[in-house]
Amino acid sequence: MIEYFLCFVLFCIGLYAVAVKRNMIKIIIGLSIMGYAINLFFTLIGYVHNAAYPILSKVNITQQTSLNMVDPLPQALVLTAIVIGLAITIILVSISIRLYEKYGTFDITEIRKLKG
Amino acid sequence: MFDLQILIVFMIICSVVAVETKDLLSAVISIGATGLGLSVCFLLLQAPDLAIVQLVVEILVLVILIRGTVNRDGIDYRRRLWLPLIVSGVFIALFLVCVYYLINELPRFSYPIMKISKTYIADGFKQTGTANTVVAILLNYRLFDTFAGVTVFFASVIGVLTVMRKIGSKK
Amino acid sequence: MIEEPKTGMNIIVKTVTRLTTGLILLFGIYIVFHGHILSEGGFAGGVVIALSFIHLMLAYGREIVLKKMSEKVSELLGNIGAVIFIIIAVLGLFTGGYLFFDFFGKGKPFNLFSAGLMPLYNIAISLIVGAGLFTVFVTLVFFRSEKK
Repeated sequence: MIEYFLCFVLFCIGLYAVAVKRNMIKIIIGLSIMGYAINLFFTLIGYVHNAAYPILSKVNITQQTSLNMVDPLPQALVLTAIVIGLAITIILVSISIRLYEKYGTFDITEIRKLKG
Repeated sequence: MFDLQILIVFMIICSVVAVETKDLLSAVISIGATGLGLSVCFLLLQAPDLAIVQLVVEILVLVILIRGTVNRDGIDYRRRLWLPLIVSGVFIALFLVCVYYLINELPRFSYPIMKISKTYIADGFKQTGTANTVVAILLNYRLFDTFAGVTVFFASVIGVLTVMRKIGSKK
Repeated sequence: MIEEPKTGMNIIVKTVTRLTTGLILLFGIYIVFHGHILSEGGFAGGVVIALSFIHLMLAYGREIVLKKMSEKVSELLGNIGAVIFIIIAVLGLFTGGYLFFDFFGKGKPFNLFSAGLMPLYNIAISLIVGAGLFTVFVTLVFFRSEKK
């Protein structure tokens, strides 16, 4: 069970970066770390002891021997989640570049002050 | 799974470096190291599809972050905000204590409950015709999920083009 | 003495890029077409195809790549991929009665044309992801300030 706990520690580091840091790049990094922790947790749930990866081979299909495989359902969900994480990252980078062009800084407190 | 624990500790160290370092370029490189460690974790957890996708996506994110943002402004701002620091510290401590006691309610590690997945593994080849069970779930059983993911990705691409609109068309 | 080129990186990087970028593109297309047999179709293949063009662009500069594949063309390719995905989904509605109905046969297993509509879905997803990421990269990285 120590793997689950380490995974949540990783999540909390990302949460700390999002809540405390003032640089927008550090906030993007924190969101990426949170995404990594969630993906790792889903995959950890589906792991089976001493099992094979969920791809059948020709020998496996004809003989119908051992079907001891890891859980394929969380892997299929995480596969979509990785792509959505990429989409989140590119749109955050574009918004931060736009704000840098307008205000000349990545500091979020400066941006809040300049708004008036 | 002693090797897996070592890899997760490596990821934690890399992410602490990425959050706390002063130079933004080394922060971005540390987040790349975290993502590649996650890719090796997927490989150890018997998920080769996820390992390929994570590796490729991580390289692309690294290139975009370095070329797009770090070239513009490389310094970090060191003055701390004390109120968010205290509030988030208290919240994270409470959260970890709750997790430590609630984690025993989950099924034990490497012995999961597979109710639906047994059906997928047993009948997946006969019903869909592909040998890869992950692709069978992704493109046949749960195609609406993939459809939603592709829709979100397409919407985010259009969003980026909209945010960057004025200069993109002008020379 | 070899002169330093005007745009892009130095000559070693350019030579290595010229040799490898075609192989990277071929590997991406291989991943897309064999997604239902081996592992991982549309998403990883699309990202690898986009990465081959990005590799060329980082080494040679912007104008040489935009002559081969301009922003308008890549946007159009992404939209074509989305339209293909929708058309296949709606065709199932007319032939079988519900969305995403698989109206092809299953074919022989472990062949290239097997497993119903999965190769077509993989091609559509790879078009959306690859063209979209290339457009986003061109827009984000070569963004110029309007004031200067």
